[in-house]
Parts: sequence; structure tokens; C-alpha cells
Amino acid sequence: MSFDVHEGEIFGLIGPNGAGKTTTMECVEGLRKPDRGTISVLSLDPMRDARALQNRVGVQLQQAQLQKRIKVWEAVDLWASLYPRAVNGNALLDRLGLADKRNAWFMTLSGGQKQRLFIALALIHDPEVVLLDELTTGLDPQARRAIWEMVRGIRERGKTVLLTTHLMEEAERLCDRVAIIERGRVIDVGTPSDLVRRHCPEQTVSVSTGDPDARARFDTIRGLESVAHEGTTFTLRGRSDDFVTDVIHCISEHRIRVSEFRTGTANLEDVFLTLTGHSIRD
Amino acid sequence: MLALRSLVKLTWLEIKIFAREPLGLVGSIVIPLVVFVGVSKLVPPAAVMGPPRRGWPGGGFLPVLTTVLIALSAVGSLITIISIYREGGILKRLRATPLRPATILATHVIVKLLLTALTMVLMFLAGRRYVPPDAQVPYLSFGVAVLFATWAILSIGFVIASVVPTARFAQPVATFVLYPMFIVSGLFFPIATLPAGLQMLAKASPVTYAVSLLSGIWKGDPWSVHLVDVFALALTFVVCTAVSSRVFRWE
Repeated sequence: MSFDVHEGEIFGLIGPNGAGKTTTMECVEGLRKPDRGTISVLSLDPMRDARALQNRVGVQLQQAQLQKRIKVWEAVDLWASLYPRAVNGNALLDRLGLADKRNAWFMTLSGGQKQRLFIALALIHDPEVVLLDELTTGLDPQARRAIWEMVRGIRERGKTVLLTTHLMEEAERLCDRVAIIERGRVIDVGTPSDLVRRHCPEQTVSVSTGDPDARARFDTIRGLESVAHEGTTFTLRGRSDDFVTDVIHCISEHRIRVSEFRTGTANLEDVFLTLTGHSIRD
Repeated sequence: MLALRSLVKLTWLEIKIFAREPLGLVGSIVIPLVVFVGVSKLVPPAAVMGPPRRGWPGGGFLPVLTTVLIALSAVGSLITIISIYREGGILKRLRATPLRPATILATHVIVKLLLTALTMVLMFLAGRRYVPPDAQVPYLSFGVAVLFATWAILSIGFVIASVVPTARFAQPVATFVLYPMFIVSGLFFPIATLPAGLQMLAKASPVTYAVSLLSGIWKGDPWSVHLVDVFALALTFVVCTAVSSRVFRWE
């Protein structure tokens, strides 16, 4: 397994559960000794230079807990005392939307609030690199979006983020680049749109029309690979760069009356399916 | 400096967290207190607090019994807390910070010692009227002896706490290791009357030295008489701390 994370980007390790994302992350965090190979974080070795790295790297672990009855501000205050330098805890809680939970016990927080607190603890010493492991697992969509916004905020402050996720939507919306991992191997690395273009260049257009000649007209479109139809809805697939434009051109040229028109592009989920032959959820 | 600041902060935090858990407070302070007062009412005070009886390690059976019990329960709760922290992933989260295991253990030892001291003070306030008026009890010296013995016995807890996988497993392991030591400690039966095998166990067990030190100090012995006990307890601490820092498991 080999990959590089560039300064100032959000880099995602994506893959199904059990692919080796957390194991990789724990090696990068210095919590686990790799069987072989080398890891360099900020030019330091995570195992050998653990102490030096701890002050420069912020970590959020999968499935971590705190003492049930610790208050939010106490946790932030304790973490701040562990590092030689720390940012203002209150301002941090404010920024993460936890200001009104300062005095709440950890056990009374919702899943999203706990994760935001863990992000606060990861950021308290103003690290250069932030490692986030399965950050939004188990959160509802609204809480998830709020967390994504926060992670983008981390990048905007010039930090580098390495995260793991098995949610393709999360990777697409959040990551500048991703590495697709399967059974402990990196299958491909790139920006989400690059990966889609490279592995799933096919575009899809759905058209609903009652025109009896439609099928024959569509067959003349350049780059068309297949047409499927169900009732009055045709699903056209093609590979050329101008495929959508060509479909529109065909419709306008032959004055086909259209009641519905939709385009679809492949996503990382399709890329994963193409690369591994199975869905990420299997 | 940073480590000291973390230690103070974490200790103060753990005290506050402990105080927020009503069951813990009842278990470590109220129950020993009630047992002590109850037993004092049932048994004639002179028999348990007064001058030494023939064949017994000394007077002060009840104070020594209760303080050893408190020390043992402190070990049990130390092990339980550390294993809950490990099971819940709290230790793992702390591991990704500059905190060292020694600081975490030290924090819990300090909390337990403070709690032991508090329980003891309350107990002696409650039990004062049962002590014969002419008895010259060296309270301060006894208090120091209790904290010293507890500190050494707690270190056995470190080793257990460092390796037990789950909280459910922790308490039975502690009981299995510590209570046999407690029974042969000379508190209930004079060691000389035990079978040879048990005598060996008694001599190897730190609890024996704790009981000998506590009974002696309660009777009014000077510390110089108990140098062997002090040495044995200090050795226990050094060995157990060294072992536990080697075998400590974060997860």
C-alpha cells in the first residue's frame, strides 16, 4: 500500500469495512506497528518520533469514548493541559457549535455532539495534520453535513486532513483526493471526478417521450452505446465527451416532444463496482 | 512540568467525576463507615480496639481489619476503573495524546489515597467514643501507615489492572489474588499456627507486612521496629510498578 497526502488537502482512504482503512490510520497515528514498509508524517516516523508528532498531529479515533460524567469544557481543558501550546477552548467549542453544551456530561451528548467534541479535542493543540477515522459513521444526514462543513473549515485554516470513510457520498463531497482501498491494497488514487472519468466514462440520459419514432432517432446519436426503454422512458448510455449535447441536438433536430429529461453521471460507488466487481456495501 | 500540570489537572478531574457518581461514594465511604460503627456497637470495644490479646497479632483488630478492607476495596475499584477505561476506549483515546500510562495510574492512586484518608478520618470520628479513654492511639502515625500500606497494596492492583481484558473479569481476578493474601495475613490466625505452605504464602504476601505494620503502629510501636515491613511494602511498590509499566495494555 502506498500513497502520498499533499499539504493543505483533504485526502480520503475509502473502501468497505474490513478493507484496512483503520489499520492504516492507526499505523499513521503511531498506535500500531506496521509489519513492514515505511511511513513518514511531516518527515517523522510515527512509531519512533511519537512524542514529537503528537504535538503536531490531531487525532480522532473510531469508537473512542470519554469518562461518562466528564463535562465538555473539562475535557477540552484537560486536553489543552496535555500539550505545550493550545488554542482557546471556548472559541473552539463556539466554532464547533458546542458552546451551549459546555457544562453537559459526555454521556448526555448526542452522537453528533460527541463527534464534534472529539474534533475539538483533535484540534485543541492547533495541529498541522488532522487524522479523522470514520468520522460520521452512525450519524444522521443532518449531523453528517454539519461535520463535513467543519472538516472543510479545518482545510480552510491551512491544515492537512487525512480521513477514512466507507461512505462514497462523503468521499465525493469532502475529499480533494481519495485512495480506494480493498483488502489492504490501494487500487487507485485520484480526485473523485478523475476516478469517475477514468473508470466510468459512461454518461446516462433518461428521456420520456410518446414519439413513436424516438427509438429510431436515438439510434443515430454518435457515441451511443445502448438504449433501454421502459414504457415511454428511454435510458441512453454513451461514452463520448459531448454525449449529452448530442442527445439534446437529436431531440431538437427531430422535434421530439419530451415530458422528462434527466442526465446521470457515474459516482465513486460505480467506480468501486467497476474496479472490484462488487458493491462497497457487499 | 507539563507532566505535572497534566497530573494535577487529571487528578482533580477524576475526583470531580468520582463525586458525581453516587454509587461510588456510597461504596467507598458510606458502607465502610456503617460497617465500622455497626461492628463497634455489637462487639465490646475493648475486645477489638483495646490492648493485645495472647496469640493475636495485637489489639486494634477492628481498625486494622477495616483499613485493610478499605485498601483492598481501593485495589478492586482501581482495577475496575482502569479496565472500564480500557474497554470503553478511553485509554486508547488518551494514548493518542502525550499522556503516559504512569500518569494515568498515578492519578488513580492519588484519588484512591485521598479517598482512603477521607474514609479513615470519618471512621475515627465516628468510632472515637468506642475507644477507651485511657487508650493512647497514635492517630497520625497510624494514618501515615495506612496510606503507605494502601499505596503498596494498590501497586499490586496496577499489575492486575494493566492486563485484565474486561471490567467484568477485573473484580474476580482482584478477589482471587488479594483475598487469600488477606486471610493468611495474620489478622485472623497467627501465622505460626498455619500449615507450612500457607506460612510461605503469608511471608511472600505484602498484605502480611501491611497488617503487621498497622497493628504495630496502632499498639504504639515506633516505626523503627517495623523497618522490615516498610521495606517489604516499598519493594512491592517498586517491583509492581516496574512490571505494570512493561505489561500495560492500552486496548
